[in-house]
Amino acid sequence: MQRIRIAVIDYGFGNIKSVINALYYCGVEACVIDSPLKISGFGGVILPGVGAFGPAADFLRTKDFDKAIRDYVDSGKMLYGICLGFQLLFTRGYESGNHEGLDLISGEVKKFEFKDELLKIPHMGWNDVNVEDSLYTKKMFLSINDRESFYFVHSYYVIPENLLCISSTCEYGLKFCSSVAYKNLWGSQFHPEKSGKAGLKILSNFVKEVGR
Amino acid sequence: MNGRVLGVRLIPCLDVANGRVVKGMNFVNLKDAGDPVEVAKQYYLDGADEIVFLDVNATHERRDTTIDLVRRTAEKVFIPLTVGGGIRTIEDIRNLLNAGADKVSLNSSAIKNPEIVKKASDKFGIQCIVVAVDAKKSGKKRWNVFIHGGRIDTGVDVVVWSKKVMNLGAGEILLTSMDKDGTKDGYDLELLKSVSNSIKIPVIASGGAGKMEHFSQACEFGASAILVASLFHYNELTIKEVKNYLKSKNISVRTTS
Repeated sequence: MQRIRIAVIDYGFGNIKSVINALYYCGVEACVIDSPLKISGFGGVILPGVGAFGPAADFLRTKDFDKAIRDYVDSGKMLYGICLGFQLLFTRGYESGNHEGLDLISGEVKKFEFKDELLKIPHMGWNDVNVEDSLYTKKMFLSINDRESFYFVHSYYVIPENLLCISSTCEYGLKFCSSVAYKNLWGSQFHPEKSGKAGLKILSNFVKEVGR
Repeated sequence: MNGRVLGVRLIPCLDVANGRVVKGMNFVNLKDAGDPVEVAKQYYLDGADEIVFLDVNATHERRDTTIDLVRRTAEKVFIPLTVGGGIRTIEDIRNLLNAGADKVSLNSSAIKNPEIVKKASDKFGIQCIVVAVDAKKSGKKRWNVFIHGGRIDTGVDVVVWSKKVMNLGAGEILLTSMDKDGTKDGYDLELLKSVSNSIKIPVIASGGAGKMEHFSQACEFGASAILVASLFHYNELTIKEVKNYLKSKNISVRTTS
């Protein structure tokens, strides 16, 4: 059997090394790509990222990654966005201004604002998620216990319009969408590559879907 | 978890020099207890929430050794990895992040050139910039920032400094009480509270832990995370024991299967 190959998009925003290490651990050949022309050659793509929404979205556009990613998703192949890469899948982000995202999922990205001083920002650390009940969710959270903890670090959170795409929610001052799984489009606010065994399991579930 | 505050993070810290663990460690089931990769992996499997490497001998020539160490650790440890010690430039930070570190901890270099905090967080995001603050009591409810491994008093007030680096873009403060470090008689709770109450970003408490109660006290006084070195290294306490204790005190922690 041929080894599954998954592309990790390197667009200069993030620690892609951790994602690659985790994919290798899952038995996958991880290929870093920095050109949109190469995307279509893969059955699975990961859009990682940490940092600010605006500059990242601008960068994807300048490099023509935005169209390539949309075409790729339209073709029905699997995409997983992590953290900032997850937020970029949405229509609009409000980090230092008003920026357009990839609009693969209708919705917005907003900043946490709390009066309670115990709620530190960023939301940084391990938090448990509540797994939603849907067909796609089952694939993403296959063999993972409900209320499992994952590693988060973010100051902004996503608000999808279509609640059916939500695969898990998390509570931090408010209940927010911690991951989506809808058809071939997956994403999580938490870092599966840094969430120990449970995170590696989600990535191997993704690999399984890519190989299907 | 109650949905209000996050589970407290337990973070083992390894002092490394020339790619090896500095202090002798007491691990029963490790073939090479001097290899930071092996030790970090064991902590990861034992349920540590993050790992910190502190390069205590960070010189320009030795830097490649540390980068290689980070690279090998990141291949085996799937929780956040922070590296501190001797980081001076944006290039140093980039090299460590590219090797697989998730965060870097800045100390003396931030005092000498606070702009590096801003530049680094603008470039790499606040999530990966930890500012380490070594605090020593200098008066009633006042602590000064020390640098160069505690040898130089900067005269800067710890609370003022913490606020400043937060505004420059630090994502976390690693707060070490030099008065308490190594004493095993508990954290400097007054210091912890003063800093934690005046900033919005998380505070990692360090210095003084000797027994279980000290951990719950630190949480009650505002620590979002706790750095532990010798207690874990010498097997005086295990991560699991501490987490079970905190749970029994209704302090939430991450549990692993």
